[in-house]
Amino acid sequence: MIEIQLNGQIHKFETSLSIEQLLNKLSINKKKVAVELNKSVVPKQKYSSIKIANQDVVEIVTFIGGG
Amino acid sequence: MDVFKIGNRIFKSRLIVGTGKYKDLQETADAVKASGADLVTVAVRRVNIIDTKEPLLMDYIDPEKITYLPNTAGCFTSEDALRTLRLAKESGGWNLVKLEVLGDEKTLYPNMQETIKAAKILVEEGFEVMVYCSDDPIACKILEKIGVVAVMPLGSLIGSGQGIPNKLNIEIIKKQSNIPVIVDAGIGTASDAVIAMELGCDAVLVNSAIAKAKKPLMMAESMKNAVIAGRQSYLSGRMDKINIASASSPINGKINN
Repeated sequence: MIEIQLNGQIHKFETSLSIEQLLNKLSINKKKVAVELNKSVVPKQKYSSIKIANQDVVEIVTFIGGG
Repeated sequence: MDVFKIGNRIFKSRLIVGTGKYKDLQETADAVKASGADLVTVAVRRVNIIDTKEPLLMDYIDPEKITYLPNTAGCFTSEDALRTLRLAKESGGWNLVKLEVLGDEKTLYPNMQETIKAAKILVEEGFEVMVYCSDDPIACKILEKIGVVAVMPLGSLIGSGQGIPNKLNIEIIKKQSNIPVIVDAGIGTASDAVIAMELGCDAVLVNSAIAKAKKPLMMAESMKNAVIAGRQSYLSGRMDKINIASASSPINGKINN
């Protein structure tokens, strides 16, 4: 069991998972978002190789309307 | 040929529009289309984890057709702005960004010290940075020296619709700059956009004036026409002002008793 902070809220997952697995689990199209792990941007090509560990802080962002 | 270039990119329209404050995403997309803009500002925010089926801006405005200009709206420190734009770059895969570091929640006035600090780092990291800034010629000069691709002095406060009260500063900034000068913030109606363009500015950025008009789509088109009219007026070179009348019709041949 791991516990992470995802977009400001605590989420629990049964096993450790990669960024790619996390996005798939959340049904998020990776082309439309960017991911930050512990305040560092994760390049898209590393989504499958980087694993999320217990207590990690993950941010998933996209573009919204703004001036 | 009157080409509008930012860095190495050429844009068809000198009207840049913001995509915030609209009723919904459909209205946003319709307004962008009516404005003729091919560069639009966007904000970077957290994805809704609870409902990932929620439609996204990208579903309505195709980033392949319209260039997204990610901004740092709501950032009050250079660190926050840098973090946001690094994420934006990874999200979109391009490096053209709009930097704004705000100094105060009430005025949303730019904090130029933090802005300059962030601009330096972004330029070093290879970003093409367009910068929201005060209408201060010295600040604009410093930014140009750092290597930003455009300065975007405010006409007046963000979302205020107060137009350009200090035209002299905008004119000074335009005359001294070798990079595009874009009036950002404060445009309230079409005549404000015309004034910015007549002052020689390279483009204007408009959001609230369109989104908050009673008929946003019609205002979007009005802004498009205003920017074209203002640019043509500037390029035409206006007539000299004189203090007496000068008749437009000839006196010769006039009928008389």
